[in-house]
Amino acid sequence: MISFLSVMALVIILFSVGLLLFLSLRAKRRPRWGLRPLTAFSDLSRAIGLSVEEGTRLHLTLGNAGLTQPHSASALVGLQALERITAVSSISDRPPLATSGEGSLALLSQSTLRATYRLNNALDLYDPNRGRLTGVTPLSYIAGAIPIAYDEDVSAHLMIGHYGSEIGLLCEAATRNKAFTLAASDSLEAQAVLFAAAQQPLIGEELFAAPAYLQTGPAHLASVRVQDILRWGVIAALVLSALMGVLGWL
Amino acid sequence: MAMRSPIATAIAIGVGVIVLLGYLFPLPLLDPLRTLFLDWAIILAAVAGLVAILNLFRVHWQKLSAPRNRDYYSLFFILGFVPTLALGLLYGSGDARIQPLITAIQLPIEASLVGLLTITFAISAVRLMATRRSWISGLFLASTIIFLLAGSGIFLSDTAPSFLRNTLGALNFLPGAGARGILLGIALGSLLTGLRVLLGIDRPYSE
Repeated sequence: MISFLSVMALVIILFSVGLLLFLSLRAKRRPRWGLRPLTAFSDLSRAIGLSVEEGTRLHLTLGNAGLTQPHSASALVGLQALERITAVSSISDRPPLATSGEGSLALLSQSTLRATYRLNNALDLYDPNRGRLTGVTPLSYIAGAIPIAYDEDVSAHLMIGHYGSEIGLLCEAATRNKAFTLAASDSLEAQAVLFAAAQQPLIGEELFAAPAYLQTGPAHLASVRVQDILRWGVIAALVLSALMGVLGWL
Repeated sequence: MAMRSPIATAIAIGVGVIVLLGYLFPLPLLDPLRTLFLDWAIILAAVAGLVAILNLFRVHWQKLSAPRNRDYYSLFFILGFVPTLALGLLYGSGDARIQPLITAIQLPIEASLVGLLTITFAISAVRLMATRRSWISGLFLASTIIFLLAGSGIFLSDTAPSFLRNTLGALNFLPGAGARGILLGIALGSLLTGLRVLLGIDRPYSE
């Protein structure tokens, strides 16, 4: 029952774990190590600062991928971003708001908000209504999130999660309301739409670098480095297999 | 200093490791455990969905009953939610009397939103050229137009020259190649995100 592919997968996982732990130790000493400047995140920092100063709200949309679905990784990145942004803007008059299109994700967003306030000794500021489900189908989720763009005095929208093309509707509502939009998704369809519709779109695996740019911790910085190393491994494997195919060895 | 729950973290790591090992090595001991944990996860996710829907109802109720700035649109949500829930519980979601709620109300509304979406895309494309003038934006718009035309099939009539057909055929490989590149990056990112949860570095579940 033990196949070669399973053993290889386990080897890659263990190699990644080792690298992640080793590079986390190095990243502790160099907080911005190896990160190229991305205007999206410098603009986001400015938007967070402005929102705290002006007393406006940040809205984080976490997508509609449940934890038991294959797209859940993007939602976990969104939750990390929520944790960091809540910690940074916890002193704001209008704390951040998170919306989800799936039940377990909505509860996790509430849990993340609660944990962040508790860790910052500000549990009295926690309001479970700020981590809410707005709809259970992709379109009803976006339809439920659009009124937030108009009614809740939102100055910045962060869209980090799994969506379809319907995310374009929320981007349009945010743009009409002159709010800042930073968007990242693991869905190719959504990435294409967001490239045109969002002010600061993130493409491809830039989504997974978001926690590192938000300075969540050294492990996230190390995670970006491990991703780079694994990418070179994938490139080498692709080139090697192509060469072997050309030479007739495969 | 406050810290996160170590018990929840230990449970998450333990269950995660068992499910991962059970997936990679479906041995007689690991596989039933993996299936059991996944079944529990699905049941819990369903219960979480119910709790989140009740929370959504509460949010709209509070908006409607707020002393100031009442949101009367929330009334439409409540008027739609209560009868749908009652009929669903009474007859079951597959009942023929429930289906018109979906086919006659939900689907037309969603179809109108999709219609609105196409107009939004056109506006976004125009705005992209007006606000973000760069070679990447130009390339994006040019490739959108080229692949829209190529994918529509208008150049693939019998009278079209074979050179044009071959060129379009070769062009159609490009989006697939680009998409695979992006998906490989996303797969690596997902792997690292999962590992962070397995190692207890990311703990969205733990208060």
